[in-house]
Amino acid sequence: MAESEFTQEIRPPKNTIGVLPWIKENLFSSWYNTLLTVIALGILFFLLKGVFTWAFTEAKWEVIPANLQLFAIGAYPIAEVWRVWIVLYTVCALIGLSGGIWGGLTLRFAVGIGGCGIVCAFLSMGISTLGWAIRAWVLGGVALLAALLFLGTRSVSVFPKIRRWVLVGWLLSFPWTLIMLRGFGKNAVLTTNWGGLLLTLILAAVGICFCFPLGVLLALGRRSTLPVVKWVSTAYIEIVRGVPLITILFMAQIVIPIFMSDNIRLDKVLRAMLGITLFSAAYMAENVRGGLQSIPRGQYEAAQAVGLNYPLTMLFIVLPQALRSVIPAIVGQFIALFKDTSLVTIVGLLDLLGIAKTVIANPDWLGLQAEVYIFVAAIYFVFSYSMSYVSQRIEEALGVGKI
Amino acid sequence: MALNSTTSPFWRDVRVLRVLLQVLFLIGVLLLAGILYANMLSGLNDLGLTLNLDFLQSEAGFDISEGIEYEPSDTYLQAFWVGVVNTLKVSLIGIVCATILGLIVGIARLSSNWLIRTVAAIYVECFRNIPLLLQILFWYTAVILQLPRVRDSISLFGDVFINQRGVYLPAPEPTSGLRIWGVYLLVGLIVAAILYVLRARQLRQLELPGFRAKWALPAFLIIALLGWFLTPEKPFRLDPPVLRGFNFVGGISLSPEFSALLIGLSVYTGAFIAEVVRSGIQAVVKGQREAAKAVGLNESQILRLVVLPQAVPIIVPPLTSQYLNLAKNSSLAIAIGFPDVFSIGNTMMLQTGQSIPVFAMIMVSYLIMSLTTSAAMNWYNRWINRVRR
Repeated sequence: MAESEFTQEIRPPKNTIGVLPWIKENLFSSWYNTLLTVIALGILFFLLKGVFTWAFTEAKWEVIPANLQLFAIGAYPIAEVWRVWIVLYTVCALIGLSGGIWGGLTLRFAVGIGGCGIVCAFLSMGISTLGWAIRAWVLGGVALLAALLFLGTRSVSVFPKIRRWVLVGWLLSFPWTLIMLRGFGKNAVLTTNWGGLLLTLILAAVGICFCFPLGVLLALGRRSTLPVVKWVSTAYIEIVRGVPLITILFMAQIVIPIFMSDNIRLDKVLRAMLGITLFSAAYMAENVRGGLQSIPRGQYEAAQAVGLNYPLTMLFIVLPQALRSVIPAIVGQFIALFKDTSLVTIVGLLDLLGIAKTVIANPDWLGLQAEVYIFVAAIYFVFSYSMSYVSQRIEEALGVGKI
Repeated sequence: MALNSTTSPFWRDVRVLRVLLQVLFLIGVLLLAGILYANMLSGLNDLGLTLNLDFLQSEAGFDISEGIEYEPSDTYLQAFWVGVVNTLKVSLIGIVCATILGLIVGIARLSSNWLIRTVAAIYVECFRNIPLLLQILFWYTAVILQLPRVRDSISLFGDVFINQRGVYLPAPEPTSGLRIWGVYLLVGLIVAAILYVLRARQLRQLELPGFRAKWALPAFLIIALLGWFLTPEKPFRLDPPVLRGFNFVGGISLSPEFSALLIGLSVYTGAFIAEVVRSGIQAVVKGQREAAKAVGLNESQILRLVVLPQAVPIIVPPLTSQYLNLAKNSSLAIAIGFPDVFSIGNTMMLQTGQSIPVFAMIMVSYLIMSLTTSAAMNWYNRWINRVRR
């Protein structure tokens, strides 16, 4: 009797691996899930059918390759385009070198950029209006990146101080880009001619680089024990956060000229940069403040006990920890800033979206709003999405949320 | 002792330094403000303007395409008020739509159904990563303005018409039956209140968790429905839009600008709200659900008594900032010509040249909206967190 109980065979568990069990588990696990799946499939079918029919039969995509140069650089004179290439090459060189030196995430980023370059060069085969020169330029950039990446991996052991020099290089690349793009003398390219993706990226880069330190200062000001500093910082942050960016941008265009004395004339792009930076700094300050609040008191006291003064405490003890814990929020703010640069269209600058509007207004391309806007949206999407992807990887690499 | 007797020089005394630093900072800020103010006065002088608000009482002279009652012969102040009301209108309706959309998508992202989950994730990622201005322009120029002309309007359910001049809905019009129905509603409310109190007392005596409105809610609905059918004339009559001449007359009409702005704001903010809802629900640790199951609560009780009370306090603060973002983003209306407060302010600036006072008025309007909303939400937050303290 007892033996039969023990020898009774247990049937193997139901197959849970494979396509069919997966479908059953994930799409038809209960009657309402089945219903939801069927309804969703029906809606998706009609939606996708409509979209695909439009995209492959009705849409006139010729408008994109025909205006590719406009989308990329706006009215930047074609004779001076070499400046843009030099700037791109500088950035490529720095990315390659950094990837080689630091390895890890930076390396993956560098490889990703190189891969994108190659893919772009090959994809452009389909566009007959593009000359071979552009493909050569792009592949040259990728080659430079790869070469410096290799050099970087070798140089660390030979020349350990190179890390510092690469960081200095990144810092210097910033004024270098602006000077290079503008140039001097009779060949100077005025900022009014900057446009397209170039202008969007420059506005975003300037905004990101300047709003971050300003935001940290404002956050420290708001947390300060000095009442006057605290009030002024708080008032600034709350007022700026309370109004839309478009008011700040308009103010930068209309009111700043009134506030400036007669001998200072800021150009339009510079004023837009100023507006974006001042606006984002207030949001950045709130993000940084969140990080500062998460630092336990003991850290401050320990720093005081070893004799560090306020700036040193902040610089070496508090900020490194505080900033690390708010990386997701800070990158989220950078993405928002990147998207917000599109608002300069309203004040008349020709960034990517502004160029899209001018292309649509061109009588040669009437009625192609959907095609142009979808193309521009795809570009914005690629940039924002890759930023958020990189941020998630940084978060994992730094182990945020894990102690 | 000797150490104490040597007094440190005043520039190393923290108390002196604190005061000194603040004074220096204040002087810096005031100096900057002073320079700007002087520049402003000379700049205004060059433009031949004086800083006052008298212009608000003069005739505006421009037309406003939609909003509360207004004539071009009204004053600038009245024109500005039309803009304020339009901004409030689009923000409030947008907040309601975005919340509904965000709730549905946020819960859909946690669904056990792979298809629903994925579609929701694609929606969120797509609309979050594309600039709102681009989306609004797309809805306006590539969708709404491409709709059929008035004569070939798309009609839904017979009474809703969509064409390139906007959306036309039937309007509910109160009739004389409304008063009788109102009496029914009042009776229903009183009965519901009594039942609610009774049920609450019963639950307290039994020391059981439960739904306190279990009796009150159905009772109210039954009385309201009875009233609806028993009144001789229905309380509301639908007033459908009718094609007369070149346009639709009657009903509620939404202009193309308003529709595009509303769709853009709701879809964009909805994606953000979906993320807020999802992360709020996910923040409630799994153990809480399992513990609730272990003590024998059913699914709806788990959601109502365990998950939501913990998720809502997490969701409210980021939700508030999304609402504020929506209200501020409504200023993008200027790109498609919807007369909100910013766009009307801009027209006023162009006409009068009084940019500084008009900017101040615009900023004050937005600040009042922002500060009241965040005050209300802070109060709600405190109220919802009261148990924890």
